[in-house]
Amino acid sequence: MELLSGGEMLVRALQDSGVEYIYGYPGGSLLHVYDAVYKQSAVKHVLVRHEQAAAHMADGYARATGKPGVVMVTSGPGATNTITGIATAFTDSIPMVVISGQVMSHLVGDDAFQETDMLGVSRPIVKHSFAVKHPEEIPELVAKAFYIASTGRPGPVVIDVPKDMTMPNERFEYKFPKKVKLRSYTPPQRGHSGQIKKAVDLLLGAKRPVIYSGGGVIIDGSSDKLRALVDRLNFPCTNTLMGLGAYPGTGERFLGMLGMHGTYEANMAMHHADVILCIGARFDDRVTNATDKFCPDAKLIHVDVDPSSISKTIVVDVPIVGPVGSVVDEMMSLLDEADTTPDEAAIDSWWKQINEWRQRHGMRYQINENGKMKPQEVVEALWQATKGDAYVTSDVGQHQMFAAQYYKFDKPNRWINSGGLGTMGFGFPAAMGIKMSFPDDMVVCVTGEGSIQMNIQELSTCLQYGIPVKILCLNNGSLGMVRQWQDMNYEGRHSHSYMESLPDFIKLVEAYGHVGIQVTERANLQQALDDAFVKYKNRLVFLDVAVDEEEHVYPMQVPMGSMRDMWLSKTERT
Amino acid sequence: MRHIISILMENEPGALSRVVGLFAQRGYNIETLTVAPTEDETLSRLTMTTTGDDRKIEQITKQLNKLIEVVKLVDLSEGAHIERELMLIKVKAVGAQRAEIKRTVDIFRGQIVDVTSSVYTIQLTGATDKIEAFIDAIGEGCVLETVRSGVSGIARGEKVLSL
Ligand SMILES: Cc1ncc(C[n+]2csc(CCOP(=O)(O)OP(=O)(O)O)c2C)c(N)n1
Ligand SMILES: [Mg+2]
Repeated sequence: MELLSGGEMLVRALQDSGVEYIYGYPGGSLLHVYDAVYKQSAVKHVLVRHEQAAAHMADGYARATGKPGVVMVTSGPGATNTITGIATAFTDSIPMVVISGQVMSHLVGDDAFQETDMLGVSRPIVKHSFAVKHPEEIPELVAKAFYIASTGRPGPVVIDVPKDMTMPNERFEYKFPKKVKLRSYTPPQRGHSGQIKKAVDLLLGAKRPVIYSGGGVIIDGSSDKLRALVDRLNFPCTNTLMGLGAYPGTGERFLGMLGMHGTYEANMAMHHADVILCIGARFDDRVTNATDKFCPDAKLIHVDVDPSSISKTIVVDVPIVGPVGSVVDEMMSLLDEADTTPDEAAIDSWWKQINEWRQRHGMRYQINENGKMKPQEVVEALWQATKGDAYVTSDVGQHQMFAAQYYKFDKPNRWINSGGLGTMGFGFPAAMGIKMSFPDDMVVCVTGEGSIQMNIQELSTCLQYGIPVKILCLNNGSLGMVRQWQDMNYEGRHSHSYMESLPDFIKLVEAYGHVGIQVTERANLQQALDDAFVKYKNRLVFLDVAVDEEEHVYPMQVPMGSMRDMWLSKTERT
Repeated sequence: MRHIISILMENEPGALSRVVGLFAQRGYNIETLTVAPTEDETLSRLTMTTTGDDRKIEQITKQLNKLIEVVKLVDLSEGAHIERELMLIKVKAVGAQRAEIKRTVDIFRGQIVDVTSSVYTIQLTGATDKIEAFIDAIGEGCVLETVRSGVSGIARGEKVLSL
């Protein structure tokens, strides 16, 4: 029998859960736990400079590795500083375990120093949460937290740990459960066979099909299966912002992203489709545009592991609740057995139509040889310089959309962005979380001069741990996406979207001990990128690239319209 | 339409706040809510009434089912069921009114559980419409105070909500 204190149990239980990194920040309520962290080396702790960044680092780690990210913060302000990070993970269904310190149990409820009701504050943005009531339950709660966070539709789980649960002199028997079972939680293991059969029949009869897939495919690790299905059927495939990379961005059957800033061909194909297979996506309002005008002719099949995603915003014809991988497996075997095959003539003429739409090419932008660089060309140059093989994180704004549109992701888990919550400040710490786990890969944060300042303090963390991420700042000197909406809807009144007093980013990153490269001329871009990835391979490099502030992101769906209603440029509408 | 949703959930602190929070967060309305322990001390039973079209009710039940502490859930209004509410009501009762009120209480099979020279306190159980009919019959003018338990419900026949 092994006797451990609560603090030691917590750290041991993290080890036993296979944790590699804790991203955290200490404080009064967690000092016993931090002492236990100090006395071991199996789990590495990364000290951030702001707790929000700890949550985003854990999130980036989780998105790239598929394993839950772990955050550890003290009570009160430490805990509340993680809220944006937890909400970001929750919205995108990212597995995360957050350990928050709490004041002594007997002080809870007394408005004690650094007491906040973390369970209450985080309740709407967690998959579940626990409060430790006795030190002996710590191993079991940790095991449950990891199980809940990483199964079914993943999400963040908070464990609130009052300081008296971790006292070094109170020791208890340590038992880590081999298996977790919860009578009230059983994530679905497979879809309903009858429904899958119906879906396959619909697919086989389709004349104008589209496969629309999202982040759920990546989370489930089922991108290969999706690819096999798309290629076998020879159907066009579009990915959501969260799903990019599930189907190869350079693939012939890939239509590009769909939705608000989706490609012309993807949105047109969706609108005119007769059968749509939505897989691991959730008919988000940034995809559907006005729901009453959504894809009027389409029969809809929806595969999702979360039953509450189904028929929430759009009522579908064939709902299938189950993990996407197992459902696709079953679809494939039904296709093997079927005595019919897709209607080749119909699919051929559908492809002809799609290729005509592709000719219209909504994704064009005008390079101004003598003027400022366009953000799009910078992203394309990044794609070239990294051979399309980098991990790319982004913040939120125009730069995010340009990265999504112009960096063609051929692999899943490579495009890491806050799609659901749209959290500025996400990209840099997320990139750090990834780089620590994939030290040999290129990790780039594509950001804006607005977003990067929301977590810029992490430059210090990068120096401490030697995290050589590359930061590509598309500096348009303004809150570009806000400005775009103001141009389009408020007659160009740029209310507070202009950043008047930007820092000298080069001096700033140098002050933090890193390398800064300013790029104002197109002619220097290539060299700057090469230097960032080759010459300064092992350094953090901040590329401050001046881009045209007048540029807008297109296509852009017209508000309240159908999927096919888009602006294609400042003057052209469908 | 009005629905009676009945839930078995883990008898743990915080479980109720998750249910109530869900309704607030997603803009669903709760008309009545009752919650109490069951014969199995690890479980509590929660009954709520809410209104909405079929799609909304479907979302509500799915979202509730997603809560980790919700063990089982049934929409009682989908089948034959018994519903009851308890009301304690204090009414002004003086002079000729006293006999009149007593008669009305008898008709509704209520009980006068406390009496003063000017006040009756009446206990009444029944479905919501019966409770409301009683208040109408007695006349709102003489009502001093009402306390209602909210709806409890159970399926008719052999059907049980258990583990
Ligand atoms: C935390 C947070 N605050 C506000 C917003 C609203 N918002 C969306 S995009 C944007 C502008 C971002 O500016 P920048 O990072 O410079 O990117 P750009 O659009 O210029 O490429 C703002 C303010 C947000 N998404 N997140
Ligand atoms: Mg900007």
